[in-house]
Amino acid sequence: MAGLTIDRVTKRFGEQCAVDALSLDVAPGEFVALLGPSGCGKTTMLRMLAGFEPLSEGEIRLGDRTLASRECHVPPERRNMAMVFQSYALWPHMSVADNVGYPLKLRRLEGDAYRRRVAQALALVDLAAYAARSPQELSGGQRQRVALARCLVTDPEVVLLDEPLANLDRHLRATMEQSFREFHRRTRATMIYVTHDQSEAMSLADRIAVMRGGRLEQWATPEALYRRPRSAWVASFIGQGSLLEVAAGRPGLHLEEAALMRGLTAVATERTQPVLVRPEHVTVLPESASQRGLRARVESATFRGERHELHLRLESGETLLAYHHTALAEGQGVALLLHEGWCLEPDA
Amino acid sequence: MAPSLTEGSQQRWLLTLLTIAIVALSLVPSLRLLFEALGDLAQGSEAPLWRVLQAESTWRALWRSLYTSGLGMLIALALGSLFAFVITLTDIRGKAWLVFCFMLPMMIPPQVTALSWLQLFGPASPLLKSIGMAPPLGSPQPLYSAEGIALLLGIQSAPLVFLALRTSLLSLPRELVEAARISGARQAQVWGQIILPVSRGGLIAGGAMAFISSLGNFGIPAMLGIPAGYYVLPTLIYQRMASFGTGVLAEMASLSLLIGVLALAGVALQQAWMKRSRFGLVGHSGRAHDFSLGRWRGGVTVLLVTVLLAILVAPLAALVVSSLVPAMGVALTWETATLNAYHEVIGRQGATWRAVRNSLWLAGGAAVVLMLCSLPLAYRLQRLPQRWQSLALSAIELPYALPGVVLAVACILLFVRPIPVVNVALYGTLGLIFVAYLARFLVVCLKPVAAGLAQLDPSLEEAAQLAGAGPWRRLGGIVLPLVAPALFAGGLLVFLLAVNELTVSALLWSAGNETLGVLIFNLDEGGESVLAAAVSVLVVMMVATLMLALSLLAPRLPKGVVPWQG
Repeated sequence: MAGLTIDRVTKRFGEQCAVDALSLDVAPGEFVALLGPSGCGKTTMLRMLAGFEPLSEGEIRLGDRTLASRECHVPPERRNMAMVFQSYALWPHMSVADNVGYPLKLRRLEGDAYRRRVAQALALVDLAAYAARSPQELSGGQRQRVALARCLVTDPEVVLLDEPLANLDRHLRATMEQSFREFHRRTRATMIYVTHDQSEAMSLADRIAVMRGGRLEQWATPEALYRRPRSAWVASFIGQGSLLEVAAGRPGLHLEEAALMRGLTAVATERTQPVLVRPEHVTVLPESASQRGLRARVESATFRGERHELHLRLESGETLLAYHHTALAEGQGVALLLHEGWCLEPDA
Repeated sequence: MAPSLTEGSQQRWLLTLLTIAIVALSLVPSLRLLFEALGDLAQGSEAPLWRVLQAESTWRALWRSLYTSGLGMLIALALGSLFAFVITLTDIRGKAWLVFCFMLPMMIPPQVTALSWLQLFGPASPLLKSIGMAPPLGSPQPLYSAEGIALLLGIQSAPLVFLALRTSLLSLPRELVEAARISGARQAQVWGQIILPVSRGGLIAGGAMAFISSLGNFGIPAMLGIPAGYYVLPTLIYQRMASFGTGVLAEMASLSLLIGVLALAGVALQQAWMKRSRFGLVGHSGRAHDFSLGRWRGGVTVLLVTVLLAILVAPLAALVVSSLVPAMGVALTWETATLNAYHEVIGRQGATWRAVRNSLWLAGGAAVVLMLCSLPLAYRLQRLPQRWQSLALSAIELPYALPGVVLAVACILLFVRPIPVVNVALYGTLGLIFVAYLARFLVVCLKPVAAGLAQLDPSLEEAAQLAGAGPWRRLGGIVLPLVAPALFAGGLLVFLLAVNELTVSALLWSAGNETLGVLIFNLDEGGESVLAAAVSVLVVMMVATLMLALSLLAPRLPKGVVPWQG
């Protein structure tokens, strides 16, 4: 297994810069998600990895082999990669088994070896019984698994996944996420997964590259992204939470309760540092119960089953999200304790 | 550089060269014609173009072309919209059969349509004789007139209106109608205030197509107009060429230019109108609207069936009756009925077999060659930038959009002298007709393939590419099987059109090189109406069989490939 290196890759379509000097080092066997809103360049990056788009600048290397640069472009059929497409891209004129076996046929594998590899691949995705069916007869989730089986049949060095769950309903997504995890555990292939859904990325990936407007916003593990987002934009994109202005700390610094509460009560002109407060770090108390704490008023409450989400308005006019075990009436006054916060870079 | 990169670029270059060659070849006939018509303008008032423009016969034929085509268009609009509205919007029964029967006249060659109608009316009609309703001897044949020509042109092109209107009705989102109904509109109000205005574009397009197709029609004005001395532009060119030969080529080129410009102006006008009346329709479309006819259903069904009886069944019955009598003017009874005509055309007439063989070779050969060209051509065109793509498509469509006579004159101009360099003489051989068919019908084969390719999810090919398939392997293993039904349908359509073709071959045939279309025309002109009827019956049977074959193929084709299943 070889690592994948993306070195200052840039892609321009005419005037517009779809990917701007993106650099990533992907370790062998790592599961990486490219995450960002639509139009952020993540799919373009994936298509450059596959070789469907030439680069404008930069270099893509697999191990010590250069796959693409301005001078050289290894065509997709020579990259030993595999891809799961958003539309599955199953060939409708071939049976399930033929779809899975096609890459083997191209590698001139025949006879018993061919049949054994196809059967193995289908068994791995629990579709052995469907080998003779045509793809049109399968459900969305089954088609997705056929596409997966087609990927793993040739032991590719890199597997690319282009929003593979976008066309599935919510229940199926959870099952398929499990399939992807299994797939990764068994094959240990390097996987690049493009998605706009942060929860998908968080639950699957070893590391996530958050992209925005063609640039890399942050490159970190899911936990680091959640706990220590770099900028206000990343913080608002990943998980829930509120942005407040405090007069304490500096970007990249953790604030404990005392410093945070002090910083929040300073005069408005001194409060210039944006800080992220996650709802699980807020305790809501009845207004009368305590003299300490920040005053706020309930604007609305949403029932989420295991808890209530409270949308609060602070006296400073800022809004804050908190969890609470019971519903509170609209307009009711409360006192808040903020246990910790994370200082962000202000948004450019 | 990796070796497969050169393989990929090698394929790209080959296909690009092919595309350029085909586009250039499609343009050559029109350019040659333009050159001939405008070349001698320096001669001033003696130039052929001026002479033609000053001749009274030109303007008379032009007016008659416009009159018959215009009247034909109105008839086509009336018939076509009646069938389109009823069949698409209501819950009438037996839709598939109604559509098939209504579309049949479009596929029956015009000379056969003309012949069958001639057998239906007039004092010598065997059918009228048989039921004792024939007018007295010496009374005129009512169809030998401008209105007769217009009626048949209208019937022949009504399916074009039907198709255009049906397509735009099917693309009408169901929600638009449902929203009107929920707002309190009755069925009639929905029809008049929502459906009719929104589907205006289809009506205009259909009318324009009917007009252009009537303008270029040769078979009907030739069979009905020439005996009465009523010449329209295509028959005028034919008559001049028949009497004066290649000596009047320059003038004929000028006449062809005139009618060609007229047809292209029609196309341009149609596209401009279409653009103006196009709405951005949002919502689910593609389903019929199922207006309930209620107690009117019986009456409406009777109306449609009556129309079909009048425009399809009656003339075809007359044709069959005519093919079974010993001679024109004899009534069909158990005693007179005979299969002699069939024996004659199949058994004894050497010309029939020769014509059948010629037509089968021409049509089959054209279909095969065009199928071979279409896939690589469509594949390359799809990868061109939008603007180049539409330019190339227009060039390829030109020989089909121009009236057949225009292409025929252009081909004579091109090949009347042996081709330089290779020194092959095509003039006076079957090869000339073959080349003309290739140019004319390429777009017929290309369109379904292009539609099939456009429907193909690009990721299907990309998946094969990542799996390791090179460019030729992808073309043969993934793309070809997926567009094969469309490719096959395109070939079948070419065959269907070419095997009955008359307009081009009427000008290009020579002794021994007749086609099926020319044979019927010549038999009828030579007074052998019974034999002509027998051949026509066989032709109609062949057309219906081929249409049925295409209908069976339809479920596997992209939408709109089979013309009668819009």
